[in-house]
Amino acid sequence: MKYETVIGLEIHAELCTETKIFCGCTTAFGGDENTHCCPICLGLPGVLPVLNGKVVEYAVKAGISTNCSIAEFSKLDRKNYFYPDLPKAYQVSQYDLPICSRGYIEIDTQDGPKKIGITRIHIEEDAGKLLHDTDDGSTLIDYNRCGVPLIEIVSEPDMRSAEEARAYAEKIKSILEYIGVSDCKMQEGSLRFDVNLSVRPAGTTTLGTRTEMKNLNSFKALVNAIENEKARQIELIESGGEVVQETRKWDDIRGINTSLRSKEEAHDYRYFPEPDLVPVVLERDYVEGLKSELPELPYVKLERYIREYGLPEYDAGVITASLPMALFFEECAGIYSGEPKTVSNWVMGELLRILNEKGMEPAQIPFPAKHLAALLELVDKGTISGSAAKKVFTEMFETGEEPEVLVKSLGLLQINDENELKAVIQAILYANPQSVEDYKAGKEKALGFLVGQTMKETRGKANPQVVNKLLKELLGK
Amino acid sequence: MITRKDVEYVAELARLEFSEEDKENFTKTLNDILKYAEKLNEVDTEEVPPTAHILSVKNVFREDRVRPSMDRDKILQNAPDSDKGCFRVPRVIE
Repeated sequence: MKYETVIGLEIHAELCTETKIFCGCTTAFGGDENTHCCPICLGLPGVLPVLNGKVVEYAVKAGISTNCSIAEFSKLDRKNYFYPDLPKAYQVSQYDLPICSRGYIEIDTQDGPKKIGITRIHIEEDAGKLLHDTDDGSTLIDYNRCGVPLIEIVSEPDMRSAEEARAYAEKIKSILEYIGVSDCKMQEGSLRFDVNLSVRPAGTTTLGTRTEMKNLNSFKALVNAIENEKARQIELIESGGEVVQETRKWDDIRGINTSLRSKEEAHDYRYFPEPDLVPVVLERDYVEGLKSELPELPYVKLERYIREYGLPEYDAGVITASLPMALFFEECAGIYSGEPKTVSNWVMGELLRILNEKGMEPAQIPFPAKHLAALLELVDKGTISGSAAKKVFTEMFETGEEPEVLVKSLGLLQINDENELKAVIQAILYANPQSVEDYKAGKEKALGFLVGQTMKETRGKANPQVVNKLLKELLGK
Repeated sequence: MITRKDVEYVAELARLEFSEEDKENFTKTLNDILKYAEKLNEVDTEEVPPTAHILSVKNVFREDRVRPSMDRDKILQNAPDSDKGCFRVPRVIE
């Protein structure tokens, strides 16, 4: 039988505010354990949390950018559960009146653009970190992350494949980066995905029983977890079994997912309005004001790249997918005197290749855009060859040095000087009389051999065009 | 009407253990409390919009400015047990 996969995503994004959601502790990543904590985020008795205004602003910006309605009236609620990552035994979140709801974004699929619905976006506090693997079998807790503001973006079950889920997640990441509400550093856990997945016979419309996999923190893990869980459910059904509604854990290293076997009791979060925090009432003017502050969104930038820089749509799409990448490109194209397409070729070729190899994000490029512009100028001026430029570029990733400095230290200066090259070539002609004769007898191939010998002698630094020209001159005599 | 089962359920959610006698008592007490609260139903609220908060205050926001956190040694004084700068609890895995 053919099956259809039905996928919904919950995306948690840490907001890049300076301070936590209800207190003035810093949200900086890292830091010694429990040094970013105070009585409020530790939930000590008698404290009074106060909502960080930036959190509301960022959540509203996320909502506007994903075509959501912004609630005129919203409130915070307590979600009660016992787990030591939350010292209060409840998480402050939003239940029935989230700050944004009923939005959508558009993704590109093989069959053209597709709308993915967004059910809601709400604000809540992040939990602390548990460290389980201690020798004595106890659990250690670091509450630095506890109280860092999050938005949770809940999608409709509108996705039908791992590719669509990935496209949706990437688009959300790109939007959040663009509007500057989250740094989306996945390696630091700033962006996490929960997948809800079910399968059903193709062509039917009732939803199958779904499972949930929490806290996937890379696109690769997201795709692999979906493929794996989809296969597991289909196999289960084919062999006469039934999917059980449960939370499962994806192990990205071993590539398997297992049941978390929570106790049979369903989670009963007993939500109720948070009495320590007052409602949020947003005036239309406030929302309109934020709307006017929003920067150019990815799809608008894409159109502009095609129009302004004359880039192919494909290039524009790849570069604008990430804001740091787009800014890097724009800055470089602004300084470089040549064609923007040349910059685009380097960004999409060498730059992306090295980032992928190193597992780095575009935000981590270790040198400024003007270094790439300078490198391209060196190629245009003939100071170095194209292949030498690639070597320099790789080295720029290691050292962050200016290309001019690296060209010297790596000894890659291109030899353009005709007299210098003439001397080299004459020696080569003298050493290879047979090739000289072959060429004179009309064997064009012999020229290629002699060019190769010259390049070898100069360790690749000779300007090939000049070598060609000189060889022809000397052999023609 | 609160039953003994409800009491056991709520107790489990709160990670509390009670003797059989306590459970009996709580069933009665909780029912008394609910009965007392029932009185509120006598008020005519037909024309009153529901509220999420008892105060007529809204939009109390804090500026996003970092303030010093608390000294870790002080924080850990409140921990039942600590190790390596962390709170230490019996091993938990969900």
